[in-house]
Amino acid sequence: MERIPQVAAAIALPIAALLGYIFVAEWLINRTPQRVRPRLRPWIWVGPALAFVGFFLVAPSIQTFILSFKDATSANFVGIDNYTTIANDPTVQLSLRNNVLWIVVFTGVVLIAGLLIALLADRVPYESPVKSLIFLPQAISFVAAGTIWKFIYAYQPQGIEQTGTLNAVVTALGSEPHPWLTEIPTNNFFLIAVAIWAWTGFALVILSAALKGIPLELLEAARVDGASELTVFRRITFPLLLPTITVVATTLIIFALKAFDVVYVMTGGNFDTNVIALRMYQELFNARNAGRASAIAVVLLLTVIPVLWFNLRRFRAQEAIR
Amino acid sequence: MSVSRRLGPLPVHIALIALVLLWTLPTLATVINSFRPPIAIASSGWWTALVPPFNFTFGNYQSVLTTNNLATSFLNSLTITIPATVIPIAVAAFAAYAFAWMNFPLRNTLFLLLVGLLVVPLQVTLVPVLQAYQAIGLTGTFPAVWLAHTGYGLPFSIYLLRNFFGALPKDLFEAASLDGAGTLTTFFRLVLPLSVPALASLAIFQFLWVWNDLLVALIYLGGQVTVAPMTVTVANLVSSLGQDWQKLTAAAFISTALPLIVFLALQRYFVRGILAGSVKG
Repeated sequence: MERIPQVAAAIALPIAALLGYIFVAEWLINRTPQRVRPRLRPWIWVGPALAFVGFFLVAPSIQTFILSFKDATSANFVGIDNYTTIANDPTVQLSLRNNVLWIVVFTGVVLIAGLLIALLADRVPYESPVKSLIFLPQAISFVAAGTIWKFIYAYQPQGIEQTGTLNAVVTALGSEPHPWLTEIPTNNFFLIAVAIWAWTGFALVILSAALKGIPLELLEAARVDGASELTVFRRITFPLLLPTITVVATTLIIFALKAFDVVYVMTGGNFDTNVIALRMYQELFNARNAGRASAIAVVLLLTVIPVLWFNLRRFRAQEAIR
Repeated sequence: MSVSRRLGPLPVHIALIALVLLWTLPTLATVINSFRPPIAIASSGWWTALVPPFNFTFGNYQSVLTTNNLATSFLNSLTITIPATVIPIAVAAFAAYAFAWMNFPLRNTLFLLLVGLLVVPLQVTLVPVLQAYQAIGLTGTFPAVWLAHTGYGLPFSIYLLRNFFGALPKDLFEAASLDGAGTLTTFFRLVLPLSVPALASLAIFQFLWVWNDLLVALIYLGGQVTVAPMTVTVANLVSSLGQDWQKLTAAAFISTALPLIVFLALQRYFVRGILAGSVKG
């Protein structure tokens, strides 16, 4: 109960501060000579955003780059030592390999499943509840999702009654039960499955909206001309969906690169399931080595550059049409 | 469109219903388990609870709420999430307004920089920000997470709002200006009311993102129980209670209840918001 004023203050104070800022700044600007106002005003409005982005994204990225050339406590420069260390660190190599696995399997399956369900749901009258139910896991945190999926993957030795759904199915079909999350190397796929479950709804909702944007006459005309459903999809639907597919794919690839929560909660990165974001967290908090953690972060940033370049190019093209 | 096409062939129905069942099954299983007594959860699968004799209990919810700081962390999550949703949206709305309707040098360059920052993994920023926070003694406090979430959420928020603001009809702004409306009046009486759908969808996004965040909270709050949000507390339960699953099921559901309510109540806006940000053009 004593927390309620604290929560209320936490909500009211920032709002008051922001409103106060914009009103005072505008009041001040109206006291300046008429001709400088149009030059000053935009900076009043973008100023806070630039300050936040500068402090939390731009400056730290540059600093991380510098820290990656320093030692564990950021006291002395050590040249490229951190990079040679992590390049020869088998756990880092393993994490990178797993991230590649995440990018390929996660992005691929989510896109295909999302597209497939969007196409199927388009043909039934109960489309919207289907989309809602598949989208629902997006509202669930990965921490909770990890718990949910532990019940799917739970394992008891053979002969004991299985409590995990997957092993119950497998044993009912006459096979042996498997400890899904500790069996190398297939356990990675079972972790990725959790992320696929959580993100397919995202791809579905966006792709389905794009699907609705395709003119019906176009599809009907092709069908009247005798094109099969497969041809219609290959020649008309898919090409028209392609821009949307790339947007979704970009989002998914970035998520796969940053994957952290699922692995942290379900295996803690053990049993060869570590990923680069978690490996960096371990370097920072368990090994207390800011230099190496920064070097890993820089490697992560380098892997994003192709996506970044692609994103900027797409944005430019989009602005040109506008 | 003919009736037969609308109803679709039988295989389509079967495939869809199978997929929906597959997708809802994990959640359903956990909900059922969260109402079962500990011994039952440990010794038999959730499906055995579906046949008589029924044996359900609220005990898991009671014990987790009273013994595992879950009530505290629920309030912590609220204290973190609401400001961390409101601040970035307000700051982004200011900036998006300038990007869409004001002229200034470097406008396009700065906006392009923001689009580039959309893909920067926040892991890159953790070490320097944490060091800066430690230097000024901000680690382990709520403002530390509010400000961090604001910084991380801004590129997406500005991008989405600028697209929406920019699409508002120009005539409206000219008319307002002729009527003598100043910048503030135009922003608060014209731009914001017209942009409620975009603002609402952004609010849901940011709310879900912050509520479900584990990494930012783990790092800047340092895992102290007094300030830990639900995600951190539940993640700790996962590692410490390993076998005390009955509490974990209840905890997972309490942590999911609020985002689920928010999502179900506002899902209309949610979908529209994603579209405003990405499918356009």
